[in-house]
Amino acid sequence: MTSAVTARHLASAEKGLLRFITCGSVDDGKSTLIGRLLYDTRLIFEDQLASLQVESARRGARGGGIDFSLLLDGLEAEREQGITIDVAYRFFATGRRKFIVADTPGHEQYTRNMATGASTADLAVILIDARKGVLVQTRRHTFINHLLGVPRIVLAVNKMDLVGYSQARFEEIVADYMAMAAGLGFKSVTPIPLSALEGENVIAPSALMPWWTGESLLGFLEEVEVEDARLASAMRFPVQWVNRPHLDFRGFSGTLASGALAPGDPVVVARSGKTSKIRAVVTADGDLERAEAGDAVTLVLEHEIDISRGDILCAPSARPTVARQFLSHVLWMHEEELQLGRPYLLKMGAQSVQAVVSAIRHRLDINTLSPAPAETLELNGMGLCEITTLQPVAFDPYRDNRETGAFILIDRFTHQTVAAGMVEASLQKATHVYSQAMDVAKPARSVLKGHKPAVLWFTGLSGAGKSTIASLVERRLSLMGAHTYSLDGDNMRQGLNKDLGFSDADRVENIRRIGEVARLFVDAGLIVTASFISPFRAERDMVRSLLEPGEFIEIFVDTPLSVAEQRDPKGLYRRARTGEIGNFTGISSPYEPPVDPEIRLLAGEGDPAVHAATVVEYLKMAGVLARAEDAPLDFSI
Amino acid sequence: MRRRPSDWRLKEMTAMSGSSLLGATPATVALDASLEAYARRFRERPGRAKPLSPQLRRLEAESIFIMREVAASFEKPVMLYSIGKDSSVMLHLALKAFWPSPPPFSFLHVDTTWKFSEMIVFRDLIMKKLGLNLLVHVNEEGLRRGISPYASGSGLHTQVMKTEGLRQALDAYGFDAAFGGARRDEEKSRAKERIFSFRSQSHGWDPKNQRPELWTLYNTRKAPGESIRVFPISNWTELDIWSYLAEEEIPIVPLYFSAQRPTIERGGQIFMVDDDRTPLAPGEAPQMRGVRFRTLGCYPLTAAVESPAADIDAVIAEMLTATTSERSGRLIDHDESGSMEKKKREGYF
Repeated sequence: MTSAVTARHLASAEKGLLRFITCGSVDDGKSTLIGRLLYDTRLIFEDQLASLQVESARRGARGGGIDFSLLLDGLEAEREQGITIDVAYRFFATGRRKFIVADTPGHEQYTRNMATGASTADLAVILIDARKGVLVQTRRHTFINHLLGVPRIVLAVNKMDLVGYSQARFEEIVADYMAMAAGLGFKSVTPIPLSALEGENVIAPSALMPWWTGESLLGFLEEVEVEDARLASAMRFPVQWVNRPHLDFRGFSGTLASGALAPGDPVVVARSGKTSKIRAVVTADGDLERAEAGDAVTLVLEHEIDISRGDILCAPSARPTVARQFLSHVLWMHEEELQLGRPYLLKMGAQSVQAVVSAIRHRLDINTLSPAPAETLELNGMGLCEITTLQPVAFDPYRDNRETGAFILIDRFTHQTVAAGMVEASLQKATHVYSQAMDVAKPARSVLKGHKPAVLWFTGLSGAGKSTIASLVERRLSLMGAHTYSLDGDNMRQGLNKDLGFSDADRVENIRRIGEVARLFVDAGLIVTASFISPFRAERDMVRSLLEPGEFIEIFVDTPLSVAEQRDPKGLYRRARTGEIGNFTGISSPYEPPVDPEIRLLAGEGDPAVHAATVVEYLKMAGVLARAEDAPLDFSI
Repeated sequence: MRRRPSDWRLKEMTAMSGSSLLGATPATVALDASLEAYARRFRERPGRAKPLSPQLRRLEAESIFIMREVAASFEKPVMLYSIGKDSSVMLHLALKAFWPSPPPFSFLHVDTTWKFSEMIVFRDLIMKKLGLNLLVHVNEEGLRRGISPYASGSGLHTQVMKTEGLRQALDAYGFDAAFGGARRDEEKSRAKERIFSFRSQSHGWDPKNQRPELWTLYNTRKAPGESIRVFPISNWTELDIWSYLAEEEIPIVPLYFSAQRPTIERGGQIFMVDDDRTPLAPGEAPQMRGVRFRTLGCYPLTAAVESPAADIDAVIAEMLTATTSERSGRLIDHDESGSMEKKKREGYF
């Protein structure tokens, strides 16, 4: 069905697609430039032009002309403010190439939008007002492009008409910029002088700048090479969806993130290390003999091995890193600032895991690009952070692979995307991350004490009976000669955590600190009883993840809300009901019951002493209270 | 299929135009054969004679990625099927994305009862041939209120029969993700819409509070009752759609191609008289004109263009020299500046 017409149109597409972003400060003329590109490549239709003329006149555009920026500023709110506030994607094509432009705002509070546009861009056009030269914003935009791995920069020195098309001014700006961008590792930085408003050197060379021997902006964009780095990288196939229409077919659907593959190739599942071979590369158009980066296919393997969404298939000879701790650049994108230790959802390819930012190495001062110490990152803040995940994830450093080295963080309660991250390196091979090997190791202390260390974590509603049962358990353990310590909400809040309140953020930090303290006591060989409402599953899981398997014993003190409210030992429910106390678990804030606790006590009824005995029985059964003779002695001094 | 009123005049005209409600005419026989052949492709997988152009291959892969992401992340997704060319492309992509599995979600058509009758014939036949189950929802309460494009005006009609009808259907079935065929090149506010666009419990869109969307890492998280609209062909242009329809040989409603059709003029635009519900002035009679449609919606609200382009190559050739945008034939866009954004905030696609 291909006629001459279709063939002619498609011939232009053969030259490929260029995705670029435009960045500039307010009033640098970005929207005008893009409007001009669309207009001059005849992408503005008559009806759009007519409404544009009406709108321009209504807003009193210069000399009754057309205000191109009106074409682009799609949202009413922006039009009212006269600025662009979000990312808009625009499409145009010339005889040589198709373009997708991300129009991104320039003012400071919207850095996140620029990062969004840059994340998929092959090239960035950075606009500078020829009168103003290189600004703080220019530096910020350049750095974000560097961070997001945009390989090429075009420095568009705009408004040349307002500096008399001066070559000297242009060269001065270029020299300033080059000094700043040096060392950021761009593949190319191409300066081009132009006037978007007058259309000089945008589409075709300008007669008003005879001194300029380079190309016009569009001329350059049409010709610039965008080599697809994904093809040259090692093969990565993230499994998106398991395709199982019936018992005779089991395929793994996904888009090849990088490299190439073919039937017969050996593959390994990055996280599990299981191996197989590709039997077929299936598509609705027939089976393929080869697939390469960017192709959406379904793989059928030779062997029945366990593979699910989130797994990455790769060549056995070139595997990604699999780790739980890594170093990453993080760009914070939400009004609510980063909280160290708070569990977020990390999405990396098709992998979704819980993760915490465990430390901030430094924040980057955008004006000086120099590192500075920081305890948090605020909206639009950037920093180098240590990330710890609950389960291992497979990844590559972002500079090696943009597809498998990028992630986002999602708030688990509001579901907002709060941060973007670019992996720098794994932390697990770096020796300094492992805790300092102590002269007397934990198993040795356990031998000395005659029992294994553990955390008995009592969770449940206020008034459920957590502290009552915990203190009975502790008394019995002491009588048996065990070394114990008790942590509860009140004693922690009066000391270590007295600076914390009851906001979501403070609650999370409260539990994180308690978890760390409990871990130290466990390291010291004690049995710790901890009684905290700890309503969120994720926080409890986070404490569990700090400890070794078997050390965290989750005890669900399961008392119905009605019973707990009736008991109301501190009169808190009454005050919560009247609204005097906000964020009260069970009333105005949720309680997430444990899914699979080690012990569940139906504490709405029965004698607390019996519940305490149940716990002690469990400890014997689980081997916590047996003498730990079989623990290896480790006095390696 | 909903029954439509008809009278002798309509029967006479449709018989003349070759587009019929009356059963087996040469046109419906041809349509049946072409849809049967289309369905057979997905059963027999004959393979392509010629590779897809690189540009379209990239767009296709991106759309398939998005659809798979939805299938893997949501409990009850649905694909909005509006019978037009963009829906035809979406349906085709869905058939390819999950092969050999059928698309793992439902299809939904929000019918205003004012669609061109040929659209309904096409809709029912293609779904039958593909063995897919299409849910059709009509805002019955709107019908009872007597809402119609003629009596109520385009704004109210669209608001009640499309936007409210859609919300009713999404609520009634409890869908948590809905695919729509909107493209960013169509309209200014759509250029800023995310591919995964979050909607509140009342289906509202908050353009100032959109989630940042980086790389292909789509945030699919939401609270119960909230939903996400997904636009898998966001990055396609009108020309891409037509090129893909041509290269993939995807069947579309014949109204996209020129034929002699009964028409009237209103406000300088040409409309097709699709059935006897079009009010005619005393003495006014529909005229046969060689027309086609660049976009399909409710027939009283969708203007035709005079054109001899009777096949897809001719359509593409005309488009390459077109001087008006495809939505210029859509009355609902011209109510006032910013009107699409208003509709979207209220839950329109």
